[in-house]
Amino acid sequence: MSTQLSTQANRQSAEALARSKGEPNWLVELRGEAADLTGTIAWPKPEKVRIERWNLTAVGNYEQPAAAGSVSELPEVVRELVSEGTENLLIQRNSGSVWKQIASELTSKGVIFTDLETACKEHGDLVQKYLFKAVAMDEDKLTALNAAIWNGGVFVYVPKNVEVELPLQAILYNDNSEATFAPHILIVADSHSRVTYVDCVVSEQGTAAAPFVHPSIVEVFVKPGAHVRFGSIHSMGETGVDMTIRRAVIENDGQMEWIIGDLNDGNTLSDTKSVLKGQGSTSDAKVISVGKNAQQNSLTTQAVHFGKSSDSNMVTRAVMKDSASAIINGITKIEHGATKANGVQTEKVLMLSPKARGDANPILLIDEDDVTAGHAASVGQVNPEQVYYLMSRGISKQDAERLIIYGFLAPVVSEIPVEAVRVQLQRLLERKLEG
Amino acid sequence: MATHFVIDGLKAAIEGKEILKGINLEIKGGEIHAIMGPNGTGKSTLASALMGHPKYEVTEGSAQINGEDLLEMDVDERARAGLFLAMQYPSEIPGVTNSDFLRSALNARRGEGNEISLIKFIRQMESKMKELEMNPEFAHRYLNEGFSGGEKKRNEILQMMLLDPKIVVLDEIDSGLDIDALRIVSTGVNAMRSEDRGFLIITHYQRLLNYITPDFVHVMMQGRIVKSGGPELAERLENEGYDWVKEELGIVDETVGQA
Repeated sequence: MSTQLSTQANRQSAEALARSKGEPNWLVELRGEAADLTGTIAWPKPEKVRIERWNLTAVGNYEQPAAAGSVSELPEVVRELVSEGTENLLIQRNSGSVWKQIASELTSKGVIFTDLETACKEHGDLVQKYLFKAVAMDEDKLTALNAAIWNGGVFVYVPKNVEVELPLQAILYNDNSEATFAPHILIVADSHSRVTYVDCVVSEQGTAAAPFVHPSIVEVFVKPGAHVRFGSIHSMGETGVDMTIRRAVIENDGQMEWIIGDLNDGNTLSDTKSVLKGQGSTSDAKVISVGKNAQQNSLTTQAVHFGKSSDSNMVTRAVMKDSASAIINGITKIEHGATKANGVQTEKVLMLSPKARGDANPILLIDEDDVTAGHAASVGQVNPEQVYYLMSRGISKQDAERLIIYGFLAPVVSEIPVEAVRVQLQRLLERKLEG
Repeated sequence: MATHFVIDGLKAAIEGKEILKGINLEIKGGEIHAIMGPNGTGKSTLASALMGHPKYEVTEGSAQINGEDLLEMDVDERARAGLFLAMQYPSEIPGVTNSDFLRSALNARRGEGNEISLIKFIRQMESKMKELEMNPEFAHRYLNEGFSGGEKKRNEILQMMLLDPKIVVLDEIDSGLDIDALRIVSTGVNAMRSEDRGFLIITHYQRLLNYITPDFVHVMMQGRIVKSGGPELAERLENEGYDWVKEELGIVDETVGQA
């Protein structure tokens, strides 16, 4: 019988667990320090969503992972996500990695694609240089919690000038709500390298579903001239609380693309931020979300411009059903000195029920004169003129609304870089929109 | 079966204000009827009421295609029964490509189990687009999004050609068209003339009727058809305007439902 940890992770147990897993000293110390912090700092405070009212205590206990003999042993929910013939695949189940493979061709070029725990042991110096450097562990209780208890995770390193043609795919799934499920994903793309990474975060708990929390952090380092595409679909059950912080630091002429599908059935805090540090750096973020039942979603995208001539674009589209709510924040911040920067953002919410709620809050904070910036936001229902137009061509009302809703989400769906994941996203959308 | 379309005593209101005050019109397959009239006389309301626009309430009358009353049907059923309205202001639908939309519409028309194959559909669509001198890239663009006025009208005609309706209502199809586009659109309409199909063309201007010769011309004022005739009526209206009609009928204000 496992006892549930309180969210204030405890220094002794965090350090003891880290030591028992053979983690390097610097990491044991980091976990201890973070565990202390969880007792002293507050949860993040997103606009208009009181996340402290969510069930945030069910962080579970570490479950020793058991490696899978083959992908075919894994449950259907995982297998259907696997891109056919892929050679670059990593699977985390609950608290740890159970499967990993990488094409030998990539290994020979120096590409690293492994779980973060292994990376801390095998590439400690490299990991230490970046871990919790984009997101500080003392930002709030969520970052501290992840630092104290993270497990499994993903580490990607692409050396200078190496272009990874095929996407790297990770699947992170939870089928035991009593197990800690707290991945940390760290991606480092060295100068002029290029990589596409796609992950899916899913849960499957059948009828015995109990509350669980998924505190997750993604850090991406885009070195000069590098190009990173990051795609992610989250589709966890309604007893799960998803809190995911994603952050990229982009150097000179680096390019970052975010493609995010927040399709959980439970409460979701999703915060995706690009720090445009370098001159000529660019970021493009696309986020979609579908909410149902009484689900609450806090979806934030941010772009912070330091670099001259840096460019950011953020698009968020959310469809809310039933009494679901989405509070969408878009924050474009242009710092003094970031001349010729350009930041554009659009947030749109489509509400399919009178009880659904949507809020779009575009925020532009500009401390430099010589810049361009723009925003657009809208909250509304399916336009009856559009429905009439489609019906006037013989399309049924149901199909007309369906076309309009899918069309609303199309700008993000069509960008998902892995075919199997795109197909799965379509399936998830259908299930969520029509279920 | 030759098409037979009968509008009988049609009255319609918007926001409680009666606009159509009893329209009677009979269109047989092969015939082209034109409805002309100044602004604000109820011409476009007739088109919208026939199609079933949610803002218009039909208060009396019927509109039957081969004995089936359209006004009892939902908008999509009217379309599947053979009514087509080329709209004055077609909606823009972001995220839905023109070709996906056209295929959905065509398949809705054909019914479940009788869907058109993708290859056959593309062949059909491409050949019709060629007839209308449309750039093939319009198939992949989002429906009407960013289309110019003329491109939207051509796209309406493309839909008409693919859906093969029994009764076609063209609502101000000539507005916003330059002469070239007008010629192309008219050629498209003329190519669709057949014994199985009737046309109702709503227009301000006689210009369109130089390209599409109507069999009957009707003048609408105050929510009614006040005068009918042959093509010569359109010519007289073009030359002399509407004042003589008003004078002849003792009409001072021809508009209806204006504040």
